Amino acid sequence: MSDKQDLVLEVNGKNYAVRVEPRRTLVDALNDECGLTGTNAGCEHGVCGACTVLVDGEPVRACLMFAVQARGRRIRTIEGLARGDTLHPLQRAFMAHHALQCGYCTPGFLMLAAGVLERDPNVSDEELLQVVSSNLCRCTGYGNIVAAIRAAAAEMRAK
Amino acid sequence: MNAEPPRGTNPPRDPTADSRFIGRSVPRLEDLPLVTGRGRYAAGISFPHQLHMRVVRSAHAHGTIVAIDASTALALPGCVAVWTAADVAAVPPIDFRATRVKGLEPYRQPVLARERVRYVGEPVALVFAEDAYLAEDAADLVAVEVKALPPVVAADQEPGVFMPGQGTEPTVIRKNYGNVDAAFRAAHAVVELDLALGRHSGVPLETRGAIARHDAARDVIELYGASKRPHQNRDLIAAMLGRSPATVHLYESHVGGGFGVRGELYPEDVLVCLAALRLGRPVKWIEDRREHLMACNHSREQRHRVRAAVDAGGRILAIDDRFFHDQGAYVRTTGARVMDGTAGMIPGPYRVPAYRVAAHFRLTNKTPAGTYRAPGRFESTFVCERLLDAVAARLGIDRVEVRKRNFIPRTDMPYERPLEVMETGLVLDSGDYAGLLEKALARFGWDATRADVERRRATGEAVGLGLACFVEKSGQGPVDGVRVTVDGTGAVEVVTGVASMGQGVETVIAQICADALGVDYRRVRVVHGRTDRIEYGFGAFGSRITVMTGSATHAAALKVRAKALELAAADMLEATPEDLDIVDGRIVRRNRADAPSVTLAQIAKALTPGAAIAKGREPGLTAEGWFENDHMACPYGVHMAVVKVDRETGGVKIERYLVAFDIGRAVNPMLVEGQIAGGMAQGLGGALFEEFAYDENGTPQSVTFADYLMPGALEVPAVEFLLSEDAPSPLNPLGLKGAGESGITAVGAAVASAIDDAIGMPGAVTRLPVTPQRLKDILNRAR
Repeated sequence: MSDKQDLVLEVNGKNYAVRVEPRRTLVDALNDECGLTGTNAGCEHGVCGACTVLVDGEPVRACLMFAVQARGRRIRTIEGLARGDTLHPLQRAFMAHHALQCGYCTPGFLMLAAGVLERDPNVSDEELLQVVSSNLCRCTGYGNIVAAIRAAAAEMRAK
Repeated sequence: MNAEPPRGTNPPRDPTADSRFIGRSVPRLEDLPLVTGRGRYAAGISFPHQLHMRVVRSAHAHGTIVAIDASTALALPGCVAVWTAADVAAVPPIDFRATRVKGLEPYRQPVLARERVRYVGEPVALVFAEDAYLAEDAADLVAVEVKALPPVVAADQEPGVFMPGQGTEPTVIRKNYGNVDAAFRAAHAVVELDLALGRHSGVPLETRGAIARHDAARDVIELYGASKRPHQNRDLIAAMLGRSPATVHLYESHVGGGFGVRGELYPEDVLVCLAALRLGRPVKWIEDRREHLMACNHSREQRHRVRAAVDAGGRILAIDDRFFHDQGAYVRTTGARVMDGTAGMIPGPYRVPAYRVAAHFRLTNKTPAGTYRAPGRFESTFVCERLLDAVAARLGIDRVEVRKRNFIPRTDMPYERPLEVMETGLVLDSGDYAGLLEKALARFGWDATRADVERRRATGEAVGLGLACFVEKSGQGPVDGVRVTVDGTGAVEVVTGVASMGQGVETVIAQICADALGVDYRRVRVVHGRTDRIEYGFGAFGSRITVMTGSATHAAALKVRAKALELAAADMLEATPEDLDIVDGRIVRRNRADAPSVTLAQIAKALTPGAAIAKGREPGLTAEGWFENDHMACPYGVHMAVVKVDRETGGVKIERYLVAFDIGRAVNPMLVEGQIAGGMAQGLGGALFEEFAYDENGTPQSVTFADYLMPGALEVPAVEFLLSEDAPSPLNPLGLKGAGESGITAVGAAVASAIDDAIGMPGAVTRLPVTPQRLKDILNRAR
């Protein structure tokens, strides 16, 4: 169990040399080894989506992936969503639409939506509702999250 | 039964109060770190050389501990220590907060199980290790031998044995007024119901966490991961460890949802402090989801046998209720409050001339219960509103009409009910219940919707509409205090002892401070949840912060304002304070834009201790403000729902949902609506999906998110809002009432009413949650 492996994780364009057991999950490695604590674990078995990050552009539940499985892949976390001081349209939309309260599920929703919209900003409202339904939020009742993502999608389409 | 307005020491409402920010949906101050991954939740807090704690939990619902063998675990490299009850024998059980209910002491929870285990998930032993994964490995190696005892799994059966000489019914709370028996004898009709609410809870997305360290140099214990009631928990921890509260500091960082369950004092909070002290290293404990679902407070589970006596017009003459409250295995910090609150709130917004309740507080071998958002009111509203629907059905009166006939009229406000609720006398401070119902009917288009629903039903669709009315309580006192300070840069700091679970405390308090002082709300920094920054704190519960802390902030900011104006007038601007105003942090002459002005920053600098101009004045541009409240502010509302039932699957779809709510005065309508929408989603969980199920052995069946089903985006409808400000509270200067619980209170009742209507079976729903299986059973029985 304690056979640790040396590993380089590429997160938000930076390389992190870490030494982890094969069983260490990606979310734990991001938090504890890379010091990137913005990705939150909610259920640790892939239901709530709070820990969603992008791996090679695709939304992935970081509690269901081992860190060693992310070797050689491009990981993007909430810390890498803004470009410097310029917030992503989704981040601005979440603030404008009051799409967060406690904020714990927020990084997961943002990365989930970023993965979907950056691939195709033309997804329909109905499809976006389906996307939102894959993560859990306990504070907002979802309406404002849906509204925020739709507004960000409209902005991203206009670009 | 009119009452005098409650006496208080608070100033009357200030009608000239500037409201540049109050009443506006300004953006939240909290959001930027939270959308950029800079939130600091418990799991993100670490200290050098920390140990990780893992709790070994009981796998048995009830039994005698025969032996605990930790030798294999201790042999694991990196496992530093294993503790059992013997190692913490000097630590007393966790106390409840002050309560007038007697006889609960023997039922308090020890921090580690002593001799007996009483629920699956009860802490039995602790493992400390160098790494969290390793701690979990070691915990699996701790062998706990238990001799099983028969479990009590139902609160409404005969009581069992808690320990030799102590039964499982610690108390029965009785309340009554009026002549109930005479009312039933004289009644035109009597309706009787057998109602049950399922066991569910807050289940925040962030599990609990606690990180403690002992700074031996200063002999101070620091506990991170605090929330809800940091000061009370500091005092309790200090008492349990035999220390002065001044040597224990609690720190709240970001909190991933509270809902009443997080931030009560649990065994783990005390144990990390003790471990940090004894082991000489920081100790970190992060709960996993499975643990959370069987260790953090559950709530709500009750069974009511209730009856109402009515006259020929459907007017209530009396209500008589006997109910059983399933408290789980121990009495935790909130004592019997949830049950007591239920017992006190059942009469709702109605005239009930006679009332009697016997509430049986029962222990079972399940996870202990506590307060969950709208504690006692989700339950009481379900019971009361089911009764009103039953009266309507029995007498053939419309459901809306029966409510109108029973409402307490506006002219009777404030209305004193001879009952205690949450240990204060119940006075409904203000309200126009009938007026709000009329507005809600109009907004919802009740008559047209009803006609439409009836048309659809005629074509075979199982669609229906329902409503439920409620009165809430908010602004729980007795007191709150803050300190407002302007520094030499003009920045404003409000220090408060309340906590934030994500509801928007910083923004709302900043808005109130900004208006009273005359600054932009973005200049106001609100510091909360730190016991080392303010001596007293009362925490976040009972929709109290906007009312209590808001009012205290208003008072403190007005004092700071007066101090700044006095100094500016006397020594800087050759004016009287009445000539001056504060606009955007600058003290100006009223109606004279060209006159000389000074900034609050200049005033603050002038008040530096020793500064010449400060002569004879109290140094610092700072003031404390206090607010006292003997009675609660009572917001009220109406929920209306249209639902569609799938007769094949028993599934329920919410097609429309309206929450009409009188909040007295909305400081930030966007945030109020956010509270309502979020509360409604949680209420829907309790109405249709969420339940902690147990088998006959007391084994929990809902320990993952695959079994404990919380609503997602496809289940929760877009909530329609009707915010009204018709009945500002006379109990505080700004007319405030709390918003946090209004969205959840009546969901169970309204959804039940709508399902009855959809399937054409009045009174069919007697039990929440209305799962597909239960609804199928109802439909099958009718065939």
